[in-house]
Amino acid sequence: MKENRPYSGKKFNQIGHATNILFNIILLTFALLCALPVVYIFIISISSESSLRQYGYRIIPESLSMDAYRFLWNERSQIFRSLFNSVTVTVSGTLLGLSLTTLMGYVLSRHEYRLNGFLTWLVFIPMMFSGGMVASYVINRNLYHLSNTLWVIILTMACSPFNITICTTFFKTTIPEGIVESAKIEGAGHFYIFVKVVLPIAKPLLATIGLFLCFEYWNEWSTSMLYINKKELYTLQAMLNGILANIEFIASNPQMLVSNAQYVKSMPSESMRMAIVMVIVIPICCVYPFFQKYFVGGMTIGAVKG
Amino acid sequence: MGRYSNSEKKGEAKRKRKRGRWRKSDTELSFMALPTVVWFLAFSYLPFMGILLAFKEFKHMPGHNFLGSILLSEWVGLDNFRYFFMSDNMLMLLRNTVCYSAVFLILGTVIPVTFALIIQEIHSRWKAKAYQTMMFLPRFLSWVIVAYFTYALLQPDKGLVNQILALFGKEKVMWYSEPAFWPFFLVAMNVWKGTGNGMVIYLAAIAGIDQELYDAASVDGASKFQQAIHVTLPCIRVTIIILFILSVGSLFRSDFGLFYQVTQGLPSALNKVASTFDTYIYLAMYKGSLSMGRQSAASVFQSVTSTVLILATNWIVSKIDDDSRLL
Repeated sequence: MKENRPYSGKKFNQIGHATNILFNIILLTFALLCALPVVYIFIISISSESSLRQYGYRIIPESLSMDAYRFLWNERSQIFRSLFNSVTVTVSGTLLGLSLTTLMGYVLSRHEYRLNGFLTWLVFIPMMFSGGMVASYVINRNLYHLSNTLWVIILTMACSPFNITICTTFFKTTIPEGIVESAKIEGAGHFYIFVKVVLPIAKPLLATIGLFLCFEYWNEWSTSMLYINKKELYTLQAMLNGILANIEFIASNPQMLVSNAQYVKSMPSESMRMAIVMVIVIPICCVYPFFQKYFVGGMTIGAVKG
Repeated sequence: MGRYSNSEKKGEAKRKRKRGRWRKSDTELSFMALPTVVWFLAFSYLPFMGILLAFKEFKHMPGHNFLGSILLSEWVGLDNFRYFFMSDNMLMLLRNTVCYSAVFLILGTVIPVTFALIIQEIHSRWKAKAYQTMMFLPRFLSWVIVAYFTYALLQPDKGLVNQILALFGKEKVMWYSEPAFWPFFLVAMNVWKGTGNGMVIYLAAIAGIDQELYDAASVDGASKFQQAIHVTLPCIRVTIIILFILSVGSLFRSDFGLFYQVTQGLPSALNKVASTFDTYIYLAMYKGSLSMGRQSAASVFQSVTSTVLILATNWIVSKIDDDSRLL
C-alpha cells in the first residue's frame, strides 16, 4: 500500500494553528453525527420498557434492562434462521459477484482480444439503459421461478457495470504487460495467468469490491420485500423491515391487540426492534475499519477514467 | 463468435490494431467472459422486453410464457405514455424527482470535495483517519437501519427532538405528518449518508497529485487556500467531472430506499413532498395498482432521459475540456 501523502506530518507549508482547530471542530462534529446514532440506538435497546414508555428515548435512560436481548433469545429460532439466511446470501453472493466481475474485468483489459469492443458496449449499455423494474420482476418470477428462493437475491445483485469498469481500469493500469506476455510465451493460458499472476497482484481491488459487495448483500431488503414472503427465507434486514410494518399494523388496529396473545403484549417491542438493529450493525462496525486501508486504495482506481 | 458485427469493427478501428485471425487466446478469453455475458443477457438484456411492454396492453396469453405473451399482446402505440404524462401526479413526481436529484447532485459534489480538502490539511494523521472511519460508517448502513435512526429522533411521543423541544417549553411536533420539514430531512439524510463515501473518492484522487506542485506553489508564496484552489482542484477536476456526468444521468432517478424507508413507508401526508418516479413505480408494482404497460412506460421514460442526459453532458464537457469526458 502506497504511503498516503495527505496525512504525512510535514512541518512546512502547513495550515495555521487556528485554522487547524477550526477544521478539527468541523470534522469532529460531522464524524460524531455519523457515528453517534449507533450509540443512541444501542442505549435505547438496553433501556427498560417502562422507562421508554414513560420518558421516551432518553440519552441517559432511567433504568436499564436486557429484556430486549432476552426476548430476542426467546425468538432465537427465527433470529438464527434469518442470520443464517443473511450469511448465506452474503457469502455466496460475494463469491459469485467477485468471480463474475473480475473475470470480465480481466477479459476487457486484454486489448488484443477480438471481441473487446463488443463486450465493452455490452457491459456499458446497462449502465444507462434498463428495461425497468416491472419486466425484471416478471421475468425473475415467472420465467426463472426465483420468487421465494434466496437465489433471487444472490443472482440479481451479483454484477454491475460499474464494478466491472473499476476492475478493467485496475488491470489495465497496474498489471505490467510484460508479466502477462512472458507467461504467455512460456505457454500459460489466460485462465492460468488470471488465477496465478493477476489475482495475487490485485488483492487491494479484491478487498475493495469484495467488501462493497459484501455489505450490499448484507444490507439488501428491497429485493426480499418484492420476491420473498416466506418467513423462513427472511434475511435479517427483511425481518427488520417486516417487523416495522407489523408493529404499525398492530398499533393502528386496537382490536388486534385484544385478540393477540399476551405474549405479544409483554414483548418490549421498542427496545427489541432497536436490538435487532444492533444485531445487524455490530458486524458492520467490527469489519469495515480493518478493510479501510484497502478500499481507500481501491477507490483510487475507481476514480481513474475507464 | 467468429463473426464480426459493425460495432466490433468500429471498436477495432478505433484501437488501430492490426486485424489477425481468430486465435486460441481469443477462444480462451471468450470462455472466461461467458458466465458474465450470460448474466448480463439474463438479468439486463432480457428485461429489455419491458421496452416493448410500454407500447402494449399486456394480456397473459394462455399456453405462452411471459415473453410469448408480450409478443402476442396488442400494440397500443403511445397510450401508456399518454396516460403517464397526463396523470395528475406526473408534474408532482417530476418536480420531486428532479429537484431532489439536482440538490443531491450539487451538495453531493460540493460537500465531499470541501471535506476532502479540509481533512487532508489537518495536522494530526491519526485524527484524520479516525474522522474518516466514522464518516464512512453511514455508507455501510441500509436505509432500513437509517429509518430506525430517524425514527428514534422524530417519533412524536418518545423521539429525541420532541424531548428537546419540551425542554424549551415548545409544543411537540408530529413530524411524520408535517410535509413542510421533509425536504430538509431528506436532503440532510442523503448528505449524511453520502458524504464520507464521496470524500474518500476525492481523497484518493488528491493522494495521486504530485507533491512537487505544492512545494513549488509554496515557494512562490501561495497560501494554503490558494494552493487548494489553484493546485488541488484543477488536479482532481477529471474525477469531479466524471462523477458529475454519471450523477446527471440519474437526474430522473431516485433512491427508493431513502424516500420510502426514511419516511416510514411514505405515509399519505408526505406523499406530496416525498414521492418520486421510483417510489411510484415500485409501490405500483408492490400493490399491483397499475397496469404493467403503464409502469413500463414510466421506466422507459427514465431510461431514455438518463441516456440523453449522459450523452448531452458528455458532449458539452467534451467541448469545454476534452480530457474530462466520459465516453
